[in-house]
Amino acid sequence: MNILYFAWVRERIGTDHEEIDPPASVSDVRGLIAWLATRSPGHESALRDASCLRAAVDQKFVPLDAPIARAGEVAIFPPVTGG
Amino acid sequence: MIHVRVQPDRFDAGVELARLDALGGGGVASFTGIVRGDDGLTELLLEHHSAMTLEMMQALAAEAAERWSLLGVVVIHRHGALGPGEPIVFVATAATHRGAALDACASLIDRLKTQAPFWKRETFVDGRQRWVEPRASDDAAAARWLRDGS
Repeated sequence: MNILYFAWVRERIGTDHEEIDPPASVSDVRGLIAWLATRSPGHESALRDASCLRAAVDQKFVPLDAPIARAGEVAIFPPVTGG
Repeated sequence: MIHVRVQPDRFDAGVELARLDALGGGGVASFTGIVRGDDGLTELLLEHHSAMTLEMMQALAAEAAERWSLLGVVVIHRHGALGPGEPIVFVATAATHRGAALDACASLIDRLKTQAPFWKRETFVDGRQRWVEPRASDDAAAARWLRDGS
């Protein structure tokens, strides 16, 4: 599964993407965020508060309880600020 | 005519407006967003989810075109490092009458702010950097167009 990070999430983790293979117990985006947060102090800093985060699965915005079972790509980022 | 672009380069609003003027409608409305140099800002960096951005913007433009029966719509969003005074975003709409052109233009810029995957980082003259946080007023502005009967 390809994980993409944007904005301050990317900066704190120190990379804009990583290829990971989460355990079967991780079923939704929220669970994935909690699991990723254990990977390094940078991940912990970026991902500890899921309420500050938004996500897209396979390039569609989704709520954090969206399933990830068949996802090829999950993007994790702060709320958008375009325009 | 629906024309949507994401690009690092400057755009020429006059050229874009001329395309819409030529469509034979009764009104063309436009909005240009410009980088403000408040508080000693020296750079605004726009990051985006490049695989998603264009498709999201096209969907918003197509929705507005249908809802307001637009003759044409142009949406351009820049990414990369921008300086104070530089244009960031451009929305323009052509319609038979002014009401549709103005409402569609306002709706598009409000919805771009909350639904297109862009993030802004400000750099100030003292070297400080800060990611822009979303404002509740932006969400309220975008929600207004949902309440109004879409």
